[in-house]
Amino acid sequence: MTTVDGRHEIDREAERLAYKPPEIRHDKQGDMPDDQRINQAMHHFVKNFNTQTASYLDGCLHCGMCADACHFHVRTDDPRYTPIWKIELFKRTYKRQVGPFAFFYRLLGLKRHVTIEDLEEWQHLLYDSCTVCGRCSLVCPMGIDIAGLVSMARHGMFKAGLIPHELHEVAKTSAETGSPLGISADKFEERVEWMADEHDVDIPMDVEQADVLAVMSSIEINKYPQSIAATAKILNASGESWTFRKDGFEATNFGMLSGNPDWQKAASMKLIDAAIKIGAKTLVLPECGHAYMALRWMGANMLGKPLPFKVMHISEYMADALNTGKIKVKKLNKSVTYHDPCQVSRRGGATQAARDVIKHLGVDFREMEYGGDYNWCCGGGGGVVTIKRADPLRHRVFKLKMDQVEKTEADELLSSCANCRQSFDDSQAHFSWDYTMGSLMETVAENLEGGTS
Amino acid sequence: MDLLEFAKGPALQVAAYILVAGSIWRLVGILLLKEKPDFSEPRQSGGLLAALKVIYTRSFTASPFKRATLYPKMMAYVMHLGLFAVVFLFVPHIMFFEGFLGFEWPGLPNSVIFFLGVAAVVSGIALLVRRITNPVLRLISNFDDYFSWFVTLFPIVTGLLISVRMGFRYETLLAIHILSVALLMIWLPFGKLGHTFLVFVTRGTTGMVFERRGAKT
Repeated sequence: MTTVDGRHEIDREAERLAYKPPEIRHDKQGDMPDDQRINQAMHHFVKNFNTQTASYLDGCLHCGMCADACHFHVRTDDPRYTPIWKIELFKRTYKRQVGPFAFFYRLLGLKRHVTIEDLEEWQHLLYDSCTVCGRCSLVCPMGIDIAGLVSMARHGMFKAGLIPHELHEVAKTSAETGSPLGISADKFEERVEWMADEHDVDIPMDVEQADVLAVMSSIEINKYPQSIAATAKILNASGESWTFRKDGFEATNFGMLSGNPDWQKAASMKLIDAAIKIGAKTLVLPECGHAYMALRWMGANMLGKPLPFKVMHISEYMADALNTGKIKVKKLNKSVTYHDPCQVSRRGGATQAARDVIKHLGVDFREMEYGGDYNWCCGGGGGVVTIKRADPLRHRVFKLKMDQVEKTEADELLSSCANCRQSFDDSQAHFSWDYTMGSLMETVAENLEGGTS
Repeated sequence: MDLLEFAKGPALQVAAYILVAGSIWRLVGILLLKEKPDFSEPRQSGGLLAALKVIYTRSFTASPFKRATLYPKMMAYVMHLGLFAVVFLFVPHIMFFEGFLGFEWPGLPNSVIFFLGVAAVVSGIALLVRRITNPVLRLISNFDDYFSWFVTLFPIVTGLLISVRMGFRYETLLAIHILSVALLMIWLPFGKLGHTFLVFVTRGTTGMVFERRGAKT
């Protein structure tokens, strides 16, 4: 009789017969002793504590409702993916070290010390299985922003050298070269020139004084270079005095995603310095969700004072240009649905901008069920798409998105985030799915009417 | 001093001191932490109004989550409203509060209070069963969750026992009831029951941070 060797457990939640994968990899950077890693993790987690975070960690009711809002939990039923559980170690440390009754907790030994094994296990929970999409923050009856706490916990994990290698490598490359994909300023210029030729469009580079500084993400520069031309067409049609700059072109911020505030600041300051240098009134961010969070809502705090220019996501810029008649677009005869990038819409507050643009395109707009601010994340945000080992989980989660899109029966799916696009493309290939995610910006650029008005 | 005198006197007094001092300590410990200024350009006004808005709106469940959270939310609402009515709208309790507040307010008939008390206990038990049987809740629960459940339900049960006069003499039951209330008051500032006041801080800060972004709250 054949027997199963028992090394691998059957995955009863999977859609088809499957055994659970072997133990997840625990990555470590550097050769710090374990005790030091624990201290670093906790120190850097509590370092920037304020009333907001303290009340969040003190206020959790353990009601578990956040599990119902998390795509990772909904798709796997694994209780470890309950959002508040992902910061359990840090909640414990807060109560033991910082909270109002920390003294009692320590004296009576009520909260046990965090161990290196704990931190290793939580690496998977804080990185592979959280896209920082913030859907859980909307269901919490106490109003706790769990996603924000995950980002803070990542600060601790980074300093302890306990993050997934892939994400660390990309963030390191970004810090060293200025681009997560190692795209140099010269390479960027080369790509810009290529796109200018290919699309027969003027693309200003390194103009010394301009009203608008436009920036791109490496994902676009490398994988979707037509975005460069689309940006140029829209800004040209608006009649803007604008430029790309070689000293500040990269919008992505892997310092933020990986949890290193120093690298986050360095990346933001490059853009801020370039915008100040040319006297820009507006910095237009590309179709990238986390770039919006990093600069629109955190940029000024990196500088330590209000930014002397406005920061706009390209969807906001297009909505503004269309609403004021600076640009016009042809009406399209098709049905369209829209995927909201979490950091732009739910957490960034620019949900309406894309809808304004879509309205000008005159399409039959089919909002997804619980779309907009309650949208399911693509599964690749928060750096998850970078982590190869997380692919099976990310694909499993993507099924929610597929169902949401398919229900609309729209002809076309649009969004405004290159990171989401990368995640959609990868999952589309994995599932041989019919829908290809299109770019809202490219759609506008392709359908511009008559240039400046 | 018999048990009832002890319960009504020193026990309740000490419990009240601990309740007030503990709550202030916990709140101050949180509110006095440094707060970094947010220099980002607001999309819309935040501030106190935003805090008040979210304190109110988060009392209701957003549509996408209604189905999944209907059962625990309903149970939680019944328990909270029942508890509120039993504590503040039961005539003997109002008379007790009047003793040191100096004013009174209208109460509900005893039969209604009894019904609401039973409803609170039943929903509390339903929530406990859920906590024990639901894999998510089982994982995230700790001593605080179970003990807080006990100290909340215990006074309601002892109060109900007084009204049905079951088991002990009236004075003994009343003493046990008051002592159970004292236990609740002593524990409230330290564990999860602190949400009685922390709910305003957590919802309020989220309101202030996210409303100014124009983001979903």
